[in-house]
Order: sequence, then C-alpha cells, then structure tokens
Amino acid sequence: MSEMSKIVRTISNIAFPFSMIYGLYVIAHGHLTPGGGFQGGAIVASACAMILVAFGSKWTITKIKEKRLSVFESLGAIGFIVLALLGLIFGVAFFSNFLAGSKYLFGTIPPMGSGLANIDTGGVLPLMNFAVGLKVIAGLFVIVLVMAYATTSFKEAKK
Amino acid sequence: MLNRNIAAVIVFTVVAVFFVFSALLMHPFGIPEESDMDDYIIDNTQEETGANNGVTSVVFDYRGFDTLGEATVLFTAVAGVIMIFRRLKNE
Repeated sequence: MSEMSKIVRTISNIAFPFSMIYGLYVIAHGHLTPGGGFQGGAIVASACAMILVAFGSKWTITKIKEKRLSVFESLGAIGFIVLALLGLIFGVAFFSNFLAGSKYLFGTIPPMGSGLANIDTGGVLPLMNFAVGLKVIAGLFVIVLVMAYATTSFKEAKK
Repeated sequence: MLNRNIAAVIVFTVVAVFFVFSALLMHPFGIPEESDMDDYIIDNTQEETGANNGVTSVVFDYRGFDTLGEATVLFTAVAGVIMIFRRLKNE
C-alpha cells in the first residue's frame, strides 16, 4: 500500500489526535460511560489504520515493528490474566473484584442510583479495561499492518 | 430437478411458517419473562463492583470468563494472521 495524496495525509494528520484521545477516553471511562476496553481499543486501532492507509505501509513499518506490537498484545493478555489470578489470591474466586470497597486504588463505592460519576471507583474494572484496551489496540493494528505490508512486498516480489 | 424444486418449496414453506408463528408468539419487547437475574444485577452492581456502568461490571466481573474467551479468540486470530502473512513475505 503506497502513500496517498497530500490532502489525505494532511486531513488524517489533523484527525488522528482527536480520534486517539476519544478512544483513550472511552477506555479510561469504561466503568462509567458506555464503552470499555474492546470498543475504545477498536477506535484507537481505527485511528492507527487511518494513518496506515494515508501514509502507506512502508513508512508505518519504519515507525513501529509488528514484533513490538505483538509484545504489547501479549502484555495486555498477561495483565488481564494476572488481575484475574490476583482475585483468586486476595479475593474469593477467579475474577473476583478484590479492589472494590477497599481503601486502595479505585476502591470507592459510588452512591446507589444515578448521579455524578467518580473515576475513582470500580475496583479492578478500570485496570482490566486498560489491559484489554492495550490488547485490542495492538491486536487489531498488527492484523492490519501485517496484511498491508505483506501484500505490498508480495506485489513487489512478483514484478 | 422437479423433485428438488418441490423439496425446496416445501422446506421454504415450513421455515417461513415457523418464523411467522415464532414472531407472533414472542413476548413483548423490553419485558423479560424471568427478571430475577436482571433485578439482582441492577440492584447490587454498584455496591458489589463499585462501577456505575452495569454492562462493564457484567462483562468484566460477573461474566469474566466470557471476556477471557473473547480475548483468547482475538489472540488466536492475531497469531493466525501473523503466521500466514509472514510465510507469504518470506517467499
């Protein structure tokens, strides 16, 4: 995939930070507003795919290697499973929410019913959202990047 | 060929009648028949998980195993795509 025209590159340069911030917002507020790790990760991966389409796969692969993205994806998976296992150690069961109600990170219990949202709530849910978000960002983007780069080099090898 | 057409018409009629009857027999939208689980989650999700978003508390807390399976599916998909296209790149 070669790079597109200058108009497309400029517009995606402008739109990239906004969509990135929106996706990270959806991940960080997963326990308060609609959305979560999967949805926000899909938004951020779409922003990265927009950059890939606009600038071409050769330029993008010089900025980030697919091996590093695989490492990020595995880190997200390991973090998710480690948080679940910590629930087995500190809580009562696998996936039990051991941070909710404690006085540590994210431990506040919100008042019953609808009201103002406090980001310092949710127990392990925000941490799990971060882990899953990292996993989805890296996973979806590495799929697009590897496919784009492989088809490019395959076409050049045929010529 | 005629037999196959007749068989197709019969199968289509049976399936269509089944769909129409099941659409007529559906209970009204938004009113579940057994709402014990819904009521429990709506009443207790803020005290038990501390999250205002009930859907996230179900996905990551009450039904965490399901999310673990989804993450495994994504991991497997990524591993398969990387494996296939790395082979293509080297050839």
